[in-house]
Amino acid sequence: MSGAALRVLRAGPAVTVQDAGRFGRQRLGVSPAGPMDPWAFALAARLAGGPEPASGLELGPGPLELEVLAERVRIGLAGAPRAVAVDGLPRPFWSALELARGQRLALGAAGRGVWSYLVVAGGLALPAVLGSLATHTLSGIGGLAGRALRAEDLLPLAAAEAAAGRPELALAEPPAEEPGPIRVILGPQEAWFTAEGIATFLGAEWRVSARSDRMGYRLEGPRIAHARSPNIVSDGIVFGSIQVPGMGQPIVLLADRQSTGGYPKIATVITADLGRLAQVPAGSALRFAAIDPAEARRARARARQRLEQACARLVPVAAAGRLEAGFLLSVNLVSGVTAGEPEPSRGSGGVGP
Amino acid sequence: MQEPPPDLARPRIVPVGDAAVLVELGETVDPATNAAVLALDARLRALAWPGVVECVPTYRSLLVHFDPDALDGAELITRLAALDLGHAGPAPEGRLWTVPVAYGGEHGLDLEAVAARHGLTAAEVVALHTAPTYRVYMVGFIPGFTYLGGLDPRLATPRREDPRARTPAGTISIGGVQAGIASLEAPSGWHLLGRTPVRTFDPEREPPFLLEPGDRVRFRPIDPATFAELDRRAAAHDPLIEPEEPP
Repeated sequence: MSGAALRVLRAGPAVTVQDAGRFGRQRLGVSPAGPMDPWAFALAARLAGGPEPASGLELGPGPLELEVLAERVRIGLAGAPRAVAVDGLPRPFWSALELARGQRLALGAAGRGVWSYLVVAGGLALPAVLGSLATHTLSGIGGLAGRALRAEDLLPLAAAEAAAGRPELALAEPPAEEPGPIRVILGPQEAWFTAEGIATFLGAEWRVSARSDRMGYRLEGPRIAHARSPNIVSDGIVFGSIQVPGMGQPIVLLADRQSTGGYPKIATVITADLGRLAQVPAGSALRFAAIDPAEARRARARARQRLEQACARLVPVAAAGRLEAGFLLSVNLVSGVTAGEPEPSRGSGGVGP
Repeated sequence: MQEPPPDLARPRIVPVGDAAVLVELGETVDPATNAAVLALDARLRALAWPGVVECVPTYRSLLVHFDPDALDGAELITRLAALDLGHAGPAPEGRLWTVPVAYGGEHGLDLEAVAARHGLTAAEVVALHTAPTYRVYMVGFIPGFTYLGGLDPRLATPRREDPRARTPAGTISIGGVQAGIASLEAPSGWHLLGRTPVRTFDPEREPPFLLEPGDRVRFRPIDPATFAELDRRAAAHDPLIEPEEPP
């Protein structure tokens, strides 16, 4: 080990180490954690181009500044777009960048959306806990001591030079986004709600509460009517389970979800739309639409296709000052629109392509 | 798309989004339902179908997580339905653990109140709590929190109206007809009878987990001095207890 590392100079409140997640022990109560927007994480990993399993950082809405303590390191950036600068010079977002010793990488606050990913080619050299580097702050495991990053933290690099020395690349255009409502499959406990309650869930506009985090998003809107007791005998939870406690306001359970729960679940967000949902910021609104499993399967295939298409259209960064300007413009334009845009389900960033 | 309430006489197999399927074998907390869940869990582990990622057994249902890029959910539902779930065979006989507990005092703040509520002495509550061999019905919501079935009905106690914001790791508690062992500090509306020095989850210990769904558990009273001694050893990652393998 060469002592290669990234040093944190400044970190917003919700920057954590993540990999694809900690699977295999949900039967023992272990939350998978992992990225809030799995599609954006997958794109960042593809851009970084290192070997699997990929690991890196998830950024919340706030900024991040890093200093490179390694000869070279290659990173992939995707998710909620934000300003990127290396030693003060602007670089494109949705890109694979090469950083050299002593350089400073500054990522601004999210222009739109919430979560962004910085995947390091070769990964982070941190101890795996139960097979994964993913940080789960609630149980205090994974990442750096099971907590969010702060200034002066050192992130050791596993194989910094492994994937370095290749041209810097960027997506030819921002990833395509699927418009429209967040798609769900009803159930498994839709029978716990009246027909009117389900109509309310599917018809209303829901605002993401400020009391939302990696564990789940609380949604605010009209009261969803239960047909029977709002308690069930506890059963399993998935990424995207939408539970409705007694007060009739839904909670979407996300990356840091508990493994089991005792509230009836009216519906489940399809995997293709998990990133779109996670990228809706607190205070913004969204709607749901029910589809059947066959349509969910097609939606996932299309999401995969968009990921492949984005990765197939990469352009060199160095050759294109105009491209960089174009990127910044597109980010600023979209973020300008989103600021006053009441339908963030259409404007959420980093959908995963 | 709304379905009628489930027919409790038959298992319900339904999609949970597009990456999991729920097999619901009942809606109640009872040994027969849980045994059927654990039997199905063991059977699916043995079958090891490609694309099935992991299964989460709970009191009365099994959640089957699958990789939607490797397996079609509709196909999985068809295959599960063909398993004749009503006759899944007996649940595997789990390992037997004896868990030391310091009852009452600072370790069991609600012991006296539970005793008074049921017209018993504290010693009688301890005797009733240590008598059964419990079954681990499920482990969940946080790593290692162990839900036990088999509580003496004379100790069944509704949950507190004012849940505590935090209860210590190792808390031995009861709520309704359930008994539990807390792995980490957590909020709880259950009644605190005592505390074990055993860490059911310790990520820095090998093995990190001790109790698994289907295992059996007995409690053994210890005094506060023994608790303090064992707690020091547990802090140094000593598991303190070993299982007896089934015969």
